[in-house]
Amino acid sequence: MVNEALFWIVAIITVTGSLSLLFARKGAHIAMSIVTVMCGLAAAYVGLGAPFLGVVQIVVYTGAVMMLFLFVLMLVGVDQRESLKETIKGQRWIALAGAGGIALLLISVIGRVSLYSPDDFTDGNPEEIALVLFSDYVLVIEVLAALLITAAVGALILTHVPRLVPKHSQVEIAEARILAGADPVNKPMPGVYARHNALDVPALDPEGKPIEDSVSRVLEIRHQTQDGAEFRHQLEDTDNPDHAAQPADAPPRDSHDRNPRQGEGESR
Amino acid sequence: MNPMNYVILAAILFSIGSAAVLLRRNAIVAFMGVELMLNSANLALVAFSRIHGELNGQIMAFFVMVVAAAEVVVGLAIIIAVFRARQSISLDEPAELKG
Repeated sequence: MVNEALFWIVAIITVTGSLSLLFARKGAHIAMSIVTVMCGLAAAYVGLGAPFLGVVQIVVYTGAVMMLFLFVLMLVGVDQRESLKETIKGQRWIALAGAGGIALLLISVIGRVSLYSPDDFTDGNPEEIALVLFSDYVLVIEVLAALLITAAVGALILTHVPRLVPKHSQVEIAEARILAGADPVNKPMPGVYARHNALDVPALDPEGKPIEDSVSRVLEIRHQTQDGAEFRHQLEDTDNPDHAAQPADAPPRDSHDRNPRQGEGESR
Repeated sequence: MNPMNYVILAAILFSIGSAAVLLRRNAIVAFMGVELMLNSANLALVAFSRIHGELNGQIMAFFVMVVAAAEVVVGLAIIIAVFRARQSISLDEPAELKG
């Protein structure tokens, strides 16, 4: 007979884990909960007298397939927003009703069946499985081998991107920059007047104006830059003996809450 | 305890997977729903193999696993190809195909 406690543990793990397919938002969370579902199913296989299949389930599904899913999630971008707009009207309720209907139908049919399960059953050891696999199902194994090779080659072809233009060398890139009239030298480094983690402070040119190009474009998009004006004023003040005492009793700028957004608001 | 309970569990998992395929717009999540349906079929096969005391059901489940692995490889490759072509893996986008 089958262990009852194992069944209930497996049932709770798998059903709650698979419900995340319907309710969880992030793809990585869903993938990890499906991994737990696969592990629960492996335990169920072992409990049903199929230890070989249980191990194969762990190796193939949790080890290979779900990790492949995670890789593709990372490749595609984890923060792909899922649009919740319905293109077909009422599709959500139709889909839920269909899934509930299929569950009701299957369970009501299965509930009527009573099968006698014998206590003496052949355990799914690797030896027994191999005996059946390589005697009765040799041809199927050969066909599966062909299928696996075809799938591997197909995946290679589908993801292969041919290079249409020759690759540019470093010399060619530099020559193209000169021809386009761009600045031939490197951009100045940010944070020349470093007061804190000063990647957000642009460098100043000889006239004292900030060089916007010296700050990373990413920080500009996030509005986390400062224009360096406050630091320029401080420098001018120290040069001027009349204002030399002023920075001392003025609150030190670095003691501010260094929220980058606030700093950006002040400077504009 | 009767192993038929595992078949009922497989039916529940199958319907959850089918609901996910019908509801979710993210291609990868819908694909995971397909995987869950395949796994529930496997669970039913193993349970029936236990009920009948034979190994044929387990062999079939093994074949399903192999085919599912091949299917995942090709399916994910298709998803990556679609993502390269249109920078999105939403299942609603290819609706432009119609007329």
